[in-house]
Amino acid sequence: MLSRYLLKKLDISAMWFLAVLAAIALLVPALNLLVPETSAFHLSTYWVVLLGKYACYALLALSVDLVWGYAGILSLGHGAFFALGGYVMGMYLMRQIGSRGVYGDPILPDFMVFLNWPELPWFWLGSDVFAFTLIMILFVPGLLAFAFGWFAFRSRVTGVYLSIITQALTYALMLAFFRNNMGFGGNNGLTDFKDILGFSLQDDGTRAALFSISIVMLMLGFIICRAIITSQFGKALIAVRDAESRVRFLGYKAESYKLFVWTVSAMMAGVAGALYVPQVGIINPSEFAPANSIETVIWVAVGGRGTLIGAVIGAVSVNFAKTWFTAALPELWLFALGTLFIVVTIFMPKGILGLFAGHKIKPFNLSIFGKKSVDAEDGGVGDNNAKSS
Amino acid sequence: MGLPPSPKVAPSFYRTYVGVLMKRFILFYAFLPFLLLVSPLISQAETTDDIEVYVEVLKSKSTKQKTEAIQNIAKTGHVRAGLILEAFLGGKLYSLKENGAIVIINDAASDIEISNAISGEDLGVATKKQIKKLRINNKLRGVVKASLAELQLSHPDKEKRMAAALSKFKSAGSSDIPLLENAIASEENKSIKKILIEAKAAAELSSNDSAIQLAAIKIIEKRGDSQALNLLTQLSQSAENEQVKNEAKQAVGRVESSLALWDISQTLFYGLSLGSVLLLAAIGLAITFGVMGVINMAHGEMIMIGAYTTFIVQEVIRNSMPELFDASLFIALPLAFLITGLIGIGIERGIIRFLYGRPLETLLATWGVSLFLQQAVRSIFGPSNREVGNPSWMSGSFELGQMAITYNRLWIIIFSLGVLFMLMLAMKYTSFGLRMRAVTQNRKMAGSMGIKTGWVDALTFGLGSGIAGIAGVTLSQIDNVSPNLGQSYIIDSFMVVVFGGVGNLWGTLVGAMSLGVFNKFLEPAVGAVLAKILVLVLIILFIQKRPRGLFALKGRAVE
Repeated sequence: MLSRYLLKKLDISAMWFLAVLAAIALLVPALNLLVPETSAFHLSTYWVVLLGKYACYALLALSVDLVWGYAGILSLGHGAFFALGGYVMGMYLMRQIGSRGVYGDPILPDFMVFLNWPELPWFWLGSDVFAFTLIMILFVPGLLAFAFGWFAFRSRVTGVYLSIITQALTYALMLAFFRNNMGFGGNNGLTDFKDILGFSLQDDGTRAALFSISIVMLMLGFIICRAIITSQFGKALIAVRDAESRVRFLGYKAESYKLFVWTVSAMMAGVAGALYVPQVGIINPSEFAPANSIETVIWVAVGGRGTLIGAVIGAVSVNFAKTWFTAALPELWLFALGTLFIVVTIFMPKGILGLFAGHKIKPFNLSIFGKKSVDAEDGGVGDNNAKSS
Repeated sequence: MGLPPSPKVAPSFYRTYVGVLMKRFILFYAFLPFLLLVSPLISQAETTDDIEVYVEVLKSKSTKQKTEAIQNIAKTGHVRAGLILEAFLGGKLYSLKENGAIVIINDAASDIEISNAISGEDLGVATKKQIKKLRINNKLRGVVKASLAELQLSHPDKEKRMAAALSKFKSAGSSDIPLLENAIASEENKSIKKILIEAKAAAELSSNDSAIQLAAIKIIEKRGDSQALNLLTQLSQSAENEQVKNEAKQAVGRVESSLALWDISQTLFYGLSLGSVLLLAAIGLAITFGVMGVINMAHGEMIMIGAYTTFIVQEVIRNSMPELFDASLFIALPLAFLITGLIGIGIERGIIRFLYGRPLETLLATWGVSLFLQQAVRSIFGPSNREVGNPSWMSGSFELGQMAITYNRLWIIIFSLGVLFMLMLAMKYTSFGLRMRAVTQNRKMAGSMGIKTGWVDALTFGLGSGIAGIAGVTLSQIDNVSPNLGQSYIIDSFMVVVFGGVGNLWGTLVGAMSLGVFNKFLEPAVGAVLAKILVLVLIILFIQKRPRGLFALKGRAVE
């Protein structure tokens, strides 16, 4: 029953993609744990952690692609949901430290002892229960996204406006989490984690397991996205992306469609963040930085917007380039990233996957002040300055 | 100087030379015209003689004689009178055994350096056996201190007199009243005189005569600042006379309410100042967004480049012609406008025109540009802050009632409004402005009428970027000039544009000012960071209510 459902939802390239991911999920831990270190095929723990990070980024990119590629919502604030998921996980890990902290308080995390807090604030209650943490990882980003989307989509905030207020959202959260009074460790964030469910985070086995779980969640996220976009709901969603007013006139509630994928996407981003934190060992407010969220968007653009697989490929390839650049040529990384933004938007509107699919690059007029074709949307944003000034 | 001035003008001129000595020469008033011609000579000679006599008395053993001598030394108003008394107070006044000359010692080194107390002439080194200390006791110390205060109150330097008067205000006791009365009588500078009168009133608050106290309360109340409030509050608690107590209480109430008003206007000023900074940063963005419907994420970097232009201009001026430093901003303004304007046109022609109809992609591409520019500046100038100085006319502050107004903030408010109105005039009365408005309203129709929309776009983008450059010059005066300068303004300027409404400069003005003022009024209640967060959240909520901002346009162009 389930396999028939999946077969219906997944085309041949999606099947291949999932197969490759499954292979990686098995192969990487095997190469790390089973192959002896002396062997040429041994994969060091450094790489396992790095690839695990990439997997989390890929899941984040997938969530961005779901809203940007299929609902036309350019979110410049998905980093906020990612970071919130990360903080929920960080709270759990913080509680697991117990009395092994610097101050040795069995209940309060170190930074609270340092700030002379007498007891746990209410929002930390239950954070030591893993099942509760799992629920909150979905619930916290989901709730924020739902509340934000509820207001934004119903009042038809779209396009650039929406992008800017998502950016303002993550910026406001960043400022908030930087405050010590917020109760999340302020500037330093949450760190010094020891173990998860009793397994040490420094252990190779735990790391390999976290990697595999990340890949599995990535696969699951991919399947959910496919399920959404291939359903009738998905068709309507794509219609909303392409001509929102028309869909509305036809009697569909465009905002409900958007709100649903927006919330699902935020939850996916939250899961990605929750998997990210135990692997890198720290979560701090800089994860909320608007620049991070915009970078995520470019991963999707590089891979190919609205392709899902492209988002994953983009996230991994851009981050691999970042790892290489920041080690070898740190000065040039921002130049490269900046150029990537420009080149991808102008020359590769369909991303890497678009190149393979044989899409032609739109020819453009090279004369400097020549006429250019004006799209239908072009006259869209404008103002009657004459009336007002 | 050689002209015989009228007696009315004479005292102020005269006092600068001889200070308190004036009183002693009151008899010479009749001979004033004559006296003035030779006064520098005479006064110098007279006082030196006098002071020698008085200083000589300090050697005596009688405390009474010494007391008189100290007071007389102070009264001479001699240039070194203060120095001598301070030396006496500090136990550094000695007499030479061989000839009895009074010297000031400087025994910081192992050798005792001595100098003539009156002339200041360096007398070389002496041994301990050659000198004898002039004795001082506690009673004399008190006298010296009082005399020193009197000396300072009659110091020829205005600043020093002002400082002395202010310190008297803070610590005046009833014993100071005669001294202050003297100073008030001889003081000619109005603002110093006012403080002296207030100092006297502060001293009189603790008087036994309720009539004097009531008068003093009036004077202190007029001062109206927090110090006055402290004095009055103390009095309202400690006064024994019921009438005085009541009057003081009422005065406290009045001062408190007027202080609250001043406080509000000070916050308002800070708010307007913040608002004008936001306005400067946002105007350029508003133009490009309004006309072209694209968000320029590299706008902040244009601001940064403007600030760095100022830095370069100032460096060049410092190295080659330091006398032009005060004019550095006037050189930097057009330069920054040109540089950033050209970069803007380059961005439009090189990148943005290929992305028309795809505003979200434009946003990403310009973000790429911003990363590129940031890193370029970081590579060239380094990641740390660069120092940009304030020209003299932009530094310092002045007081307006109980408000402190800094010149740089004031100039920025004036400047940002100036830029805005210039721009409005340009939009309304120039042919480029006309074309710009036409394209804003209806791009296709404007194109059909023969307006080269491509040109308009490029120039609009150039104009918007150029104004960002000007903003950068201004912001370099109040912010750190670093490669991250632009990033700190970009979100705020977006908020202004989104809040005020797009393509409408009035909206930008109202948006910027209300955000600035709102922010500053929230700050004391909840703290700076939380105020900013609240403002962001409120804007996010506001956008839900009015998705197109305060000054939204209506009609078919909207959708």
